[in-house]
Amino acid sequence: MTAELITEVGVSTEAPTRGRQVRRRLLADRMAMAGLVVAGVMIVAALAAPLLIHLEGQDPTTYHPELLDSARGGVPRGAFGGAGGAHWLGVEPTTGRDLFARALGGARISFLVAFGTLIVQILLGVSVGLAAGLGGKVADAFLGRLIDLAISFPQLIFAIALLAIVPGTFPRPILLMIVIGLFGWGGVARLIRGQVLSLRTRDYVAAARLSGAGRVRIALREILPGVSAPLVTYAALLLPSNMISEAGLSFLGVGVRPPDSSWGQMLSTATTWFQADPTYVLVPGLLLLLNVLAFTLLADGVRTALDPKAPSLRGGRK
Amino acid sequence: MTRYLLRRFASTVVLLLVMVALIYVIFYALPSNPAVLVCGKGCGGGQLAAIDHKLGLDQPEYLQFWHFLEGIFVGRDYSSGPDVSHCAAPCLGFSFQNDQPVLSLIGQRLPVSLSLTTGAMVVWLLVGVSAGVLSALRAGRLTDRVVTAASVLAYGAPIFVSGMLLLMLFCGYLHWLDFPVYVPLTENPAAWAKNLLLPWFTLAIAQAAVYTRLTRTGMLETLSEDHIRTFRAYGVRERRIVGRHAMRGTLTPIITLSAYDFGYILVGAMLTETLFGLPGLGQLIVQSSNNVDLPVVAGLTLVAGAAIVVANTAADLLYAVVDRRVVLS
Repeated sequence: MTAELITEVGVSTEAPTRGRQVRRRLLADRMAMAGLVVAGVMIVAALAAPLLIHLEGQDPTTYHPELLDSARGGVPRGAFGGAGGAHWLGVEPTTGRDLFARALGGARISFLVAFGTLIVQILLGVSVGLAAGLGGKVADAFLGRLIDLAISFPQLIFAIALLAIVPGTFPRPILLMIVIGLFGWGGVARLIRGQVLSLRTRDYVAAARLSGAGRVRIALREILPGVSAPLVTYAALLLPSNMISEAGLSFLGVGVRPPDSSWGQMLSTATTWFQADPTYVLVPGLLLLLNVLAFTLLADGVRTALDPKAPSLRGGRK
Repeated sequence: MTRYLLRRFASTVVLLLVMVALIYVIFYALPSNPAVLVCGKGCGGGQLAAIDHKLGLDQPEYLQFWHFLEGIFVGRDYSSGPDVSHCAAPCLGFSFQNDQPVLSLIGQRLPVSLSLTTGAMVVWLLVGVSAGVLSALRAGRLTDRVVTAASVLAYGAPIFVSGMLLLMLFCGYLHWLDFPVYVPLTENPAAWAKNLLLPWFTLAIAQAAVYTRLTRTGMLETLSEDHIRTFRAYGVRERRIVGRHAMRGTLTPIITLSAYDFGYILVGAMLTETLFGLPGLGQLIVQSSNNVDLPVVAGLTLVAGAAIVVANTAADLLYAVVDRRVVLS
């Protein structure tokens, strides 16, 4: 009872001011705000993809051979890969499928996999990290090793290996979330474990223990709120890295399969067209680049806002 | 120190054994019928039974795992009556699609991957360290801001995107280089280097950005230390202070850290080789994965995993030796 009172008072006097401060710092960070705007537009576009594609009047799977120049090996007719009023970003060489529609489909996959993977990573990482930090000596020794193992394993290589043995009928986006998540939770677990080890000796945790709170209750009610700030920062940094993992696996041909489209997969088919049809390369390439940059800048801004002394990607003014 | 070394060594061995077991489970125990996967598409019942026997898949699981381990340490034979395929130690498996031990497949591809990675490493250390020093010496000025912006961009760009953009610029637009084709170093060193220029920079770009950041921070930190101020007070010239004294303090930990990059290099090489069609190990694992040639994927995963575990251990030790402030625990 006493312990609850202490934490509740602590939260109610501190949290709002701190929250406002963080928000103010984040709003003043121009790069982070630029990232937020770009990321926001991308997410809205991905969510509204069916509507936007309907507005354009195309769909991602219809072939348009009439738009291709068969004399030049199936390159789209017209400048910029056939971009114009009918096909906003042009069409794909050899098939004539609409690039705008396929790129939006790629955006959906990118976000779906990145966020889905993040959920897997946080669930696994937080539970292993909490268990290692609070479960006693034996549990920590074992789980600590497990965390080391998860961090030092070459995740993309194992992901390729796993993707090779799973039958093709299993839905690919879900498989990607599981595979990337399964090999990518080590960082979260290490972060949580470290935080827990430093938090569990605090007075308010001792007070909670003395007043009879069980281990699970302490973990969820007393410790977890204390680790939320570094967790948010870390999660924000994981998002762009998950996007790169998905695009990379799809680029290597073991990720998202047709008829679904992914930026990585589009890039891998575009490799041979970089001279004949540069638009085909630039559309997925620049979208991926822009998206990853936006999320990285936003994550870096969140980190500096939450902890102004933390080392920033952009170097700070020393 | 000895106790630390022993413990570190023991945990590395355990880690390697766990990895071997994990790879065995993933590739040989989990698939419902490994013979189908090994044989590839379009294999009949008789062929499957023969492969089962040849691979020893008709034996109990624990015995199979034992043979797998045995193969790694002393080699093994795959035999079905008269048809014997010998696989010498360290036997990482046998590719029935290529009719070759996995190790010899790896041996054929290794020079390509080594050419790519060592060259890229030279590029990123040179570019990264010099950009970082430049940025630190001009901290807060325009040069610093340009370098910083460029490094954020380079760091964020996925390898296959930056590689593609380099390809479009130098090969498609400026026509300075042709599309890379691998030429062995022993055949024609000039052509080897010229063809690998684009792949080297592609693999190096993101990593150079990381080293720019590390060098910049390290340099600024070292320059603000007391012994540097003492040098300045004694009238040692700035060029000498930066070039000799500050460089040493900055670079030692950074160069040591590069041993940790091994995992990144492997994955990066995989993407770079696929992008440029270079016949290296990365391309081998991707192709084998698409052809469901599981023994090759398993063998390569094992080699890659083992290399990373060993490299990380080496990096830990090296770092502890170089920087005595690191607590050995």
